Amino acid sequence: MKEFDIRKDGHEEIMVTDCLGERYIGCGMKDGVMHIKGTPGNALASYLDGGTVYVDGNAQDAAADTMNAGLLAIKGSAGDALAYGMRGGRVYVLGDAGYRAGVHMKAYEDKKSILVIGGRAGSFLGEYLAGGIIIVLGLGCEGKSITGYFCGNGMYAGTIYLRTDKVPLNLSDKLIRRNVSDEEKDRILRPIIADYASVFSISAEDCLKGSFIAIEADRSKSYSQLYAAV
Amino acid sequence: MKKEGEVRISSGCAISGIFCRDGRRITGEAIKKSIAVMHNRSNGLGGGFAAYGIYPQYKDYFALHIFYESQAAREETERFLDKRFDIINLSKIPVRQTPKISDAPLIWRYFITPLPHLLQDSQLDEDEYTSRATIRINDSIGGAYVVSCGKDMGVFKAVGYPEDVADFYRIEEYEGYSWTAHGRYPTNTPGWWAGSHPFSLLDLTVVHNGEISSYDANRRAVEMYGYSCNLLTDTEVITYILDYLTRKQGLSLKECSEVIAAPFWTTISIKDEEERKRLSYLRKMFSSFLITGPFSILVGFRGGMMALNDRLKLRSLVAAEKGNTVYFSSEEAAIRVIEEEPDRIWAPRGGEAMIVTLDKEAEL
Repeated sequence: MKEFDIRKDGHEEIMVTDCLGERYIGCGMKDGVMHIKGTPGNALASYLDGGTVYVDGNAQDAAADTMNAGLLAIKGSAGDALAYGMRGGRVYVLGDAGYRAGVHMKAYEDKKSILVIGGRAGSFLGEYLAGGIIIVLGLGCEGKSITGYFCGNGMYAGTIYLRTDKVPLNLSDKLIRRNVSDEEKDRILRPIIADYASVFSISAEDCLKGSFIAIEADRSKSYSQLYAAV
Repeated sequence: MKKEGEVRISSGCAISGIFCRDGRRITGEAIKKSIAVMHNRSNGLGGGFAAYGIYPQYKDYFALHIFYESQAAREETERFLDKRFDIINLSKIPVRQTPKISDAPLIWRYFITPLPHLLQDSQLDEDEYTSRATIRINDSIGGAYVVSCGKDMGVFKAVGYPEDVADFYRIEEYEGYSWTAHGRYPTNTPGWWAGSHPFSLLDLTVVHNGEISSYDANRRAVEMYGYSCNLLTDTEVITYILDYLTRKQGLSLKECSEVIAAPFWTTISIKDEEERKRLSYLRKMFSSFLITGPFSILVGFRGGMMALNDRLKLRSLVAAEKGNTVYFSSEEAAIRVIEEEPDRIWAPRGGEAMIVTLDKEAEL
């Protein structure tokens, strides 16, 4: 077997097979493409700083933790604490996400975190959200609730888009919910969804079908000014 | 050597469980393989297994697994048992020497049944009679710890990594329909033999990943009802709470889950009226048994298993099914290693108890 340092030897495309719980795969990767088969362990693509990580199956907890740039695309579902404190780049999940997806995601100047979840998300989605965009499509969950409890609690910037007309359960009164206009859908959601759909080879139109609601911090409520001027 | 603060040990306990709904008995090899995948979640300071259906030839007798720190403790305990029980069989539990497990106590197994006239005079049922006796041994005989005392089940635990503990106890030689496992990373308390998981009382066992911030409140509450927390760890109290709520208060395990991982009042307030009343009653009536802090637990009991997360789901828990077999684990990889293609794999929600029991046709 030949051993090499995947960071130094400059392989552009890497295939990692038979994963079974190994942690930190793709951690801090700056460029190139990595394909993962099996079940990668916790902290997959954490601190990802460029390049692309494709996962064929499910990811465990804390994927894309503090990710900075690049793309993590998960064909299955993600565990808890997905994209925690993410600062930039794109995380696409075709299936569901566990609890606490997108907690304290951020945006700064040209860095804008984008998290798209194809199925449903667990409780505490986008808690303390500080910037960026979270989209939950609820594909195959039509008519059902696509988020859990405490969606967006404590968020003070950024936007959560949900493809549903149902207000999340016990939504905080510090948040506002609005229906997304066709103009906003075309301007903000369409380019992101087109990219998302092409990554998984699915129909963008199916993902855009129906109405979306948006959840944002209520700027008239005092604590939206506590952490950052918005 | 690196000092504390200079090295990060990325750990957190691991739990795993396998349950055969058809009552099929499997050896301990599968559970060992599963928990070993999560080696890095523990730090070698505790591992253990609970197995059900392993003593069919003695299934009507209480099986006591006991650790002794000295021969004197053993003699005193045997005198204590001899006065109160018929000892049908006693032996050392067979172990395999391995350099990875050291400082073992004396490990003995007894199959016992209460002396009929004493049981009658006590006006207790045999479960209560036996549980009181074991609590008394743990509480009052220095250097003796009853590790498990249920029927047709047993707990095998030690200080070490779980896969090494499995080799030490030769768990591949036992066959059970239900297995739980634990890899320990002790945070607040020492890693010692009796403090490893599972914890048990009668046929109830608990393995736990997490940390109970309500420990002292829970301990005070449960000690009012005759329990005694001796094992220097927070998980012990979960075992006693569940024993109290099921055996003495007659709650179902689902109701227990709604007591220890009670939904928030804001969550209760959006339920329909009947459910609101029921959940409010459980929260108010048994408020001292609310467990706060992160946890995921597997509870083994005769004929079944329950998996439960704290209501915020602050620890991971994955469930899967394949045919008649149900799997629970801290990580999906620990299930995939023994069942590559489950029929269904999912993450239960926080506070949502997953309870599996033997099919009606399954014979015990």
